[in-house]
Amino acid sequence: MFVPFFIVRNALRHKLRTTLTMIGIVVAIVAFGLLRTIVDAWYAGAEATSSARLITRNAISLVFPLPLSYAQKLRQVQGVSSVTWANWFGGIYITEGNFFPQLAIETSTYLDMYPEYRIAADQRKAFLIDRQGAIAGRKIAEKFGWKLGDQIPIRGTIFPGTWTFTLRAIYDGADSKVDETQFFFHWGFLNESVKARFPRRGDQIGLYIVEIRDPTQAAEISQRIDATFKNSMAETLTETEKAFQLSFVAMTEAILAAIQAVSYVIVLIIMAVMANTMAMTARERYSEYATMKAIGFSNGFVAFLIFAESMGIAAAGGLVGIALTYPIADAFGAAMGTLFPVFFISRQTITLQLAAALLVGFVAALIPAWRVARVRIVDGLRSIA
Amino acid sequence: MAGNVAADVPGTGVGDAAWLVVIRGLSKYYVRGDQVIPVLADINLDVVAGDFVALMGPSGSGKSTLLNLIAGIDKPSAGQIHVAGVDIAQLTESELAGWRAAHVGFIFQFYNLMPVLTAFQNVELPLQLTALSRRERRERVENTLALVGLSDRMEHYPNELSGGQQQRVAIARALIGDPTIIVADEPTGDLDRTTAEEILGLLDALVRQIGKTIIMVTHDPKAAGRAARLIHLEKGVLVD
Repeated sequence: MFVPFFIVRNALRHKLRTTLTMIGIVVAIVAFGLLRTIVDAWYAGAEATSSARLITRNAISLVFPLPLSYAQKLRQVQGVSSVTWANWFGGIYITEGNFFPQLAIETSTYLDMYPEYRIAADQRKAFLIDRQGAIAGRKIAEKFGWKLGDQIPIRGTIFPGTWTFTLRAIYDGADSKVDETQFFFHWGFLNESVKARFPRRGDQIGLYIVEIRDPTQAAEISQRIDATFKNSMAETLTETEKAFQLSFVAMTEAILAAIQAVSYVIVLIIMAVMANTMAMTARERYSEYATMKAIGFSNGFVAFLIFAESMGIAAAGGLVGIALTYPIADAFGAAMGTLFPVFFISRQTITLQLAAALLVGFVAALIPAWRVARVRIVDGLRSIA
Repeated sequence: MAGNVAADVPGTGVGDAAWLVVIRGLSKYYVRGDQVIPVLADINLDVVAGDFVALMGPSGSGKSTLLNLIAGIDKPSAGQIHVAGVDIAQLTESELAGWRAAHVGFIFQFYNLMPVLTAFQNVELPLQLTALSRRERRERVENTLALVGLSDRMEHYPNELSGGQQQRVAIARALIGDPTIIVADEPTGDLDRTTAEEILGLLDALVRQIGKTIIMVTHDPKAAGRAARLIHLEKGVLVD
C-alpha cells in the first residue's frame, strides 16, 4: 500500500498544479470525444446501411428521376430478390429551421426491406390503409410533440403546395445507429396528386432500393442492373447503400479530415503541456529521487513513480473527461437538432478517449522518468528544487 | 561479486576482520573535453569497525567525493574500496543499489526527508525494500524513533519539525536497516550550535552504545572534535 499512497501524496503535493493539469486533460478529452462523435455522426448513415441493399439512381444525377417502369425490369435481374422505391420530398414544416428528411415510399415493400424501423403492428396497419397517412421517427415526433392522429402540414418545395398528412405511426430504431428523424408517407398519394396537377411528372422515381440475395455479389448485380438500362433514356448508376451514403459524406470529406486532425492536435497539445508539468515536477524532486536511490531504491523504481503519477493524473482527467462527454454531447446533439440525426458516443470513442489520456500520461512521463533514472545520485543530491 | 579482502589486497593486513573499510590506490577524476580534472589521487585508507571518523579539509579537497565513493553512490576512476569484505568498485549499478540498501545509512546536511511522508513513514522508507511484515516494520520504526527521542513526533510531517528534529528523523532513517556503516555529510551544517551538539551527541552515542561505524564529512572543527579519528584531505590527497 505504500507505493500507491506515496504516488497519490506526490500527485497532490501541488494541488493547484495538479488540478490545472487535470482540467487541461478533461477539456482535451471532452473535445477529442466530441469531435470524434461529430465525425461518427457524419458517417452514421453509412454505418446503418445494409450490405444486402443496392441503390439504383439516374446516372446523370440524383435530381433526375427514373421511370416507374424500371421496377419490373429490376425485379427480373438475376440475384435481385425485391425492389422498392422512394422519392425525396424536401418539404418545410412551419419554418425552414425545422429540417427533417421526408420520403414518399412504396408502402407495400419499403417497410419490409427496412426491418430496422420498428413499428407497432396496429400503427403499421393504420398507416397502410390511410393514403394520407405518415410515419415519423421517434425523435422528430418528440421534438415537435406529435401524437398519433395529428395533422401535419408540410409545404412542398419540389412538389408545390401544402401537403397535409395524418400521423399514423411512430417508428423506433432497432439500435442507436438508426436515424429516428425521418418522415415517410405514401408514394402513391404523392404520385396521384402530382399526376393530377402536373401529368408529365407522374410515375417518376427518385431512387430504387434493390434487395439482393447474396451481398457478396453486390458488384456483379450492380453491373448487371446498369447494363440492363444501358443506352436507354435514363441510364442508371447502381451502388451499395453504403457507397451511396458515403458519396454524400465525400462531399464534406475535407471538413471531416480537418475535424479529425484537430481532435489529434488537441491531444498533442495537452501532451506537450503535461510533459512540461511532469518535467517541472521531476526537476523539483531530483534531490528526493536521488535520496531514494541512495537508500537503495532502483532507477527503475523511481522512473516507475513518475510514470505512475503522470498516468494516474492523466487517467483521472481522462475518466472525468469521458464522464463529462456524455452530457456535453447530449447538449450538443440537441442543439444541432436534426442536422445530426444519429448522435451518440460510440464505445470506440470512449476507448480512444481513455487510450489518449493514458498515452498523454505515458508520453509526458517519458523524458522526466528517463532523466531521473539516469541522473547520478551525487548530482541529484546536489540539485536544489 | 564480492572479493575476498585478504586475497584481493595481499600483505596489507586487511584480512583482519576488524577492518571494515579498506581503500587502496583510490583515484577519482573527471574528464571535461580534453581536460582531466583530478579530485582524489591514490588514496589509501583503513577504517576499523566501530570507529567514528571525521573527514576534514577545505572546499574542493575531495572529502565529499571520498565519502560518496565509500557509500557506493559514486564510482572510482581507479583503485579498490572494500567495505565489509566487498569490493564495491566492482559492483554494477543495480548491485550497488542492493548493497547500499543492506549496508549503508545516509545522513545529509539538509536531511533529505520526503516532505509528503510523516516522520514514521520517512523512517520506514528503507524497510520498504525488505521482506519485513507490517507489524515488524512498525515495531522497528517505533523503537528507532524512540532511540532518537522522537516517539511523540511520529505522525508529524517534516515541515512540522525543527531542523534538529528533522535531522533526528534522518538519523533514525539511517539506522533503521541496521547498516554496516553510516555516512554523514555535514550533518550539523544546517543547525545552530546547541542543536548541532545534540546531534553530535547522538552520533557519538550510536558509536559508543551500539557500536556503529560512522564516517562524517565536516567543516566544523568542533564537530570533528567529537570523532575518534580525524582525517585531513587537501587537493585530493590524504595529508595525515
